[in-house]
Amino acid sequence: MAVEADVPAATAVRAGGRRFRVLAAGIPYLSGGLLLLLIVAAVFGDALTPHDPTLLNLRAAFMPPAWVEGGSWAHPLGADNLGRDILARIISGARVSLVVALWAIVLSGGIGALVGMIAGYFGGWADVIIMRLVDIQMSIPSLALALILAAVLDPGLDTVIIVIVVSYWAWYARLVRSEVLSLKERDYVALAKVAGCGPFTIFHRHLAPNIVNTMLVLATLQIGQVIIFEASLSFLGLGVQSPDISWGLMLADARGYITNAWWAITMPGVAIMLTCLSSNLFGDWLRDALDPRRRQL
Amino acid sequence: MTPALKVENLVTELALRRGVLRPVDGVSFHVDPSETLGIVGESGSGKSMTCLSLLRLLPKPGGRIASGSVVVGGRDLTRLSEEELARDWRGRRISMVTQDPMTSLNPVYTVGDQVGAPLRYHRLAEGMRAVRAGAAAVLGRVRIPSPESRLDEYPHQFSGGMRQRVVSAMAIACEPEVMIADEPTSNLDVTIQVKMIDLYRKIQEETGVAIVLITHDMGVAASICDRIAVMYAGRIVETGPARRIFRAPAHPYTRALLDSIPRLGRKSRRLTALGGQPPDLANPPTGCRFAPRCALRVAKCAAYPPDAALGEGHSAACWLAGNEADHAA
Amino acid sequence: MASYFARRVFQGLLSIVGASLVIFLITRLSGDPVVLMLPPEAPEEVVRQVRESLRLDLPIWEQYLGFAWDALHGDFGRSYRWQMPALDLILERLPATLYLSVVALAFSMVIAVPFGVLSAVYRGSWFDRFAKGFAMLGQAMPNFWIGLLMIMLFSVKLGWLPAFGAGTPAHVIMPAIALGWYPVAAQTRIVRSAMLDVLDSDYIRMGRSVGAPERVLVWKYALRNAAIPLVTMQGVYFAAMLGGSFVVEVVFAWPGMGRTVVEALFSRDFPVVQAGVLFSAVVFVAANLLVDLSYGFIDPRIRHGR
Repeated sequence: MAVEADVPAATAVRAGGRRFRVLAAGIPYLSGGLLLLLIVAAVFGDALTPHDPTLLNLRAAFMPPAWVEGGSWAHPLGADNLGRDILARIISGARVSLVVALWAIVLSGGIGALVGMIAGYFGGWADVIIMRLVDIQMSIPSLALALILAAVLDPGLDTVIIVIVVSYWAWYARLVRSEVLSLKERDYVALAKVAGCGPFTIFHRHLAPNIVNTMLVLATLQIGQVIIFEASLSFLGLGVQSPDISWGLMLADARGYITNAWWAITMPGVAIMLTCLSSNLFGDWLRDALDPRRRQL
Repeated sequence: MTPALKVENLVTELALRRGVLRPVDGVSFHVDPSETLGIVGESGSGKSMTCLSLLRLLPKPGGRIASGSVVVGGRDLTRLSEEELARDWRGRRISMVTQDPMTSLNPVYTVGDQVGAPLRYHRLAEGMRAVRAGAAAVLGRVRIPSPESRLDEYPHQFSGGMRQRVVSAMAIACEPEVMIADEPTSNLDVTIQVKMIDLYRKIQEETGVAIVLITHDMGVAASICDRIAVMYAGRIVETGPARRIFRAPAHPYTRALLDSIPRLGRKSRRLTALGGQPPDLANPPTGCRFAPRCALRVAKCAAYPPDAALGEGHSAACWLAGNEADHAA
Repeated sequence: MASYFARRVFQGLLSIVGASLVIFLITRLSGDPVVLMLPPEAPEEVVRQVRESLRLDLPIWEQYLGFAWDALHGDFGRSYRWQMPALDLILERLPATLYLSVVALAFSMVIAVPFGVLSAVYRGSWFDRFAKGFAMLGQAMPNFWIGLLMIMLFSVKLGWLPAFGAGTPAHVIMPAIALGWYPVAAQTRIVRSAMLDVLDSDYIRMGRSVGAPERVLVWKYALRNAAIPLVTMQGVYFAAMLGGSFVVEVVFAWPGMGRTVVEALFSRDFPVVQAGVLFSAVVFVAANLLVDLSYGFIDPRIRHGR
């Protein structure tokens, strides 16, 4: 029945405009570009803004964004209750967000991958114990775990990173374990084993290159999640502490004068939202691009 | 006699990434009440697509009926609205038995619910109790033992053969005029096949339903069909009374198919005797579509042959049909 | 089915024991709680007494067994701040959190199921894209920010809804939306892809061939099958709701467990924090068990042990 019965709808030509396809083609550039912008802001932030993000200027207090009546291009996105420039603070906050995201993902990815490889490759008791740990970790809501950790450690950037690593390693461990399990069944890995390659060589030569793609996709998708996580902790006062600047902290401050300055609440949130959207969209695109089966479609 | 189903010049198109196919390309046939027409052919000959076209169940998006007519009870089904077709025709006056009994029943609804469904949709039974009684009666008609007790069971509690009976029960629930059976036995054991064919014969005796049986198995076709239509590459190449098709096949393709009938003690096999593949439907040959594989090919085959009438309703689309002896000599 | 369920219960209990161990170790990591509890000038004798009463003089594994034994009896110690047993406080606040989580989850399903179904039926259409975009936004916005924006719009500007507190049905609307928007993306995706598979299936074609109206095919026959993967994921989303409630409850001053734990954290009220976190693990495990049980109601194949 090759031709007649099983024509899957997926291969049939889809109704759908050209316009959408053109739009969709731009998504990786747009989202990738925004992520790049974030990195630039984080690295060269201080040189980019005319204002010191911590500089008080009470005459500019509650100044609205430039396009609103009473605003000025001196403070394009407005100023907060102490007259600090919101754009400058967002750019400065980008650095914190990026540093946290980078370290948290590298560490949790590294630990998770190592543990997942051990569990998947050796199996047996190592696997049982590690997967039990993963189950336990996943049975505590990650924010609850974070709260208890944040309570016993002193709040600050390091604590935020530790908390995120503790909450996220299990995802990588699970993913890598299942990848290793499926790779182990492949002939070339079995052959390498028969040929007498040690576990380290097999990891390095055969497993790692195959796992890297999957990890890269998960990591990209998690940038957004980690940034939201950091913002949540900082918003609760358990994360980044003043005078360091973070988007979550800006929102926590702005909450105090919610009736006076909508822009102080809106702008940092938009920064978070755009970053997360970019990370999600770029991650989705990356997954499709790295998956040869999807690319053919 | 007015035929129960009359199909004329049916053309079905399927839009795929690699182009537009015509799996059904100008097919005409009819079935009378109480008659069984067998449509036989290899995989990919367009049999199943023909059958889906009759009920307008083509895969969407991409599948559509391009031209032709499908007439049941004086109405052309290709011209009805989707709503009217569902409300008054599908399951009510023309129904279908699908290929795979294992996947044709909804796993999360009871058998009683599914067999009763056509009765509910077509208002032949109103109220829960009437629908249950109706469903039990229909299950009885397909010879499922103690039907009342099985109404509340789920499909996975039935064996393959019993599931095919349930699917058949759904199809005959409203006593339609036409039933289309797409390879109803090909996924069953041989002993169960025989029982199913027996069942279809009995149901036909009881209700006078016209059956269109689609199969690649000439043995099955021989055991139940009154008339046979042989399909190749989207077209009917030979049609006639079953007796004549089996005794005096006129088309070389029919003969090749007949060679694949299982002999005693041998399992049925597909067309291994015949070399080559059916043509690519995205790009069919201009002349006779069987010509590239035909041992008797002549120069004339570069043009599509007209149907040669051979008497008793027997006809074949082959230049050699009727006067073949002269050419073969 | 019974043995499967017994195994799941055992795994769940193991997870809870593990969680209690993790919580115990983390709080012990923080150093000597006596230092926090007593003024530095406390006499040696008092310090020793308190240490003994807290079993701090025993080896660590005995300390854990004591903690676990007490926890099993519902004794997490007294809240320093509220002057009542920590567990009683948590149990008193728990219903509000469960209420909020359930409404939030219901909100997400009310959006995700129709979105997923219609996206599958009209795949590739403008609606499909709109639903995807809407769902993605929910994943990209922190729940507390959604909450703040809504307060700004619906409470401050329009005055339609109360900005904080609980009591009337109107109070739960904004917290539930803030909390429930996040899982919409994943749920829509699950429903959509499950529906795409099911709509292509033989039994839907069979249903169509006997004259089932499209409406019945999609919303009854197909959806019930497509709901199976959705239900299996509800445990995970419920956990997300519980986790998210810690922040959302603070934003809306919702009198639930989450806000109580966060406040306890700032007043270093450890018994309450321990009880709250362990309890959220228990609720999570229980929710997953319930989900496991509920498959049977939707999928008869599991009910009959196949």
